[in-house]
Amino acid sequence: MEIKADTTVCIGAGMCALTVPEVFDQSEDEGTVELLQKVPPQELEDGVRRAVTLCPSGAISIA
Amino acid sequence: MSDVTFPMVRRRPLDPPDEATELRQQGAMHRMTYPDGHRGWLVTRYSAARAILAHPHFSNRQELSHPPLPSQLERVRMQRERKMPAGVFLRMDPPDHTRYRKLLTGQFTVRRMKALESRIEEIVNAHLDGMAAAGGPVDLVQMFALPIPSLVICELLGVPYEDRAQFQEDSKLLLSLETKAEEAIAALGRVMAYLYGLIQRKRKEPSDDLLSGLIEGGELNDEELTGVSFLLLVAGHETTANMLGLGTYALLTNPDQLAAMRDDPSVVDNGVEELLRYLTIIHVGPIRTALEDVEIEGTLIKAGETVTLQLPAANRDPSRFPDGDRLDVTRQAGGHLTFGHGIHQCLGQQLARAEMRIAYPALLRRFPGLRLAVTPEEVPMRSDMGIYGVHRLPVTW
Ligand code: SF4
Repeated sequence: MEIKADTTVCIGAGMCALTVPEVFDQSEDEGTVELLQKVPPQELEDGVRRAVTLCPSGAISIA
Repeated sequence: MSDVTFPMVRRRPLDPPDEATELRQQGAMHRMTYPDGHRGWLVTRYSAARAILAHPHFSNRQELSHPPLPSQLERVRMQRERKMPAGVFLRMDPPDHTRYRKLLTGQFTVRRMKALESRIEEIVNAHLDGMAAAGGPVDLVQMFALPIPSLVICELLGVPYEDRAQFQEDSKLLLSLETKAEEAIAALGRVMAYLYGLIQRKRKEPSDDLLSGLIEGGELNDEELTGVSFLLLVAGHETTANMLGLGTYALLTNPDQLAAMRDDPSVVDNGVEELLRYLTIIHVGPIRTALEDVEIEGTLIKAGETVTLQLPAANRDPSRFPDGDRLDVTRQAGGHLTFGHGIHQCLGQQLARAEMRIAYPALLRRFPGLRLAVTPEEVPMRSDMGIYGVHRLPVTW
């Protein structure tokens, strides 16, 4: 699994950082998504999938 | 279906209106005649509501929409004449919305809200001390549910808490569905004038708060700053306050759920999500207007048609939340629509979560014998307000 994050779409709602803090953070100034790891370890994949469905803006996706 | 009218009444205080539930069973989209004669839609199912909120062809601009409530007609007309104040980005579309939202997102991140937790704890404990000192019975709304979020948002924004009496009163007038149009416009004018004056003072004497930070950032003029602070102040007031009031009522009338929230710290995060889903205090709306023809779940919504989302019914949709009419604080309730969805999803949601995660368990642990001081039927519900909740909650312990 590889994660993509589009900060131009992100509205900084923080659902990703709340759901999988190991993988997602928010930038200090803009609050937009920051990827801590592009390829999450397997045990976090479910959480990442949940974060993708919870994200309100469609800013994160997985390939 | 021209018999759909708003607002619908919640006959059982914790459940969506029966009409909304029945409509949801029949389908996702329903024809609705708006008070100005417009033929629009009412949306009652989860997936359709979520799809509309995320769809770029649905606009949130007030001037394009038709109000679903008769009492809003005159108010919206008068507001349009005066044009929407700058900065109220809730009723804007991109790119205007994007510009404001970007300036604010950094202030409401998960991390910043975590940093506020110890201050929220202090505020919560001080109010619990106040309740203990007063001795029961007390009105939980006045002593706990309203002052906590109010104090938190005032501190965060940099609005002097001593000034609250007037803007709390005005914010109540603005959110009441029964306020006459002239009164609402006057209340809006008073809050705006107050905030405009506050911003002038802060320009001269900045302090360490969000408004001073925005002023210093220099990207917004005074009218825009006034609109932004208005939105944050009003949104930060009644929402969490009503979640704390109605949520406590829900727990007191569901003792097994109350015990779980009180005794098991691992339940609290899910429990807060579940209360948000189950109670869905957004009583009316949100509304959106189609900018182009859009097909939602097989129904064609034509450009210019307004849709009203019935979130309390959507959040109980059994196809998304099995056995959705049951309050179950151990359920995975994430994904509910109470904070909205799409680009307008609530900016302050992480703040609201932090407040609730601290306040509910602190209250229940401090007063393990907490109970209603009246019968459940005697608690006055806010069926007359845009944000649902309890007007008063007499409790003792
Ligand atoms: S959940 Fe989506 S919109 Fe919110 S911060 Fe994460 S990527 Fe951005």
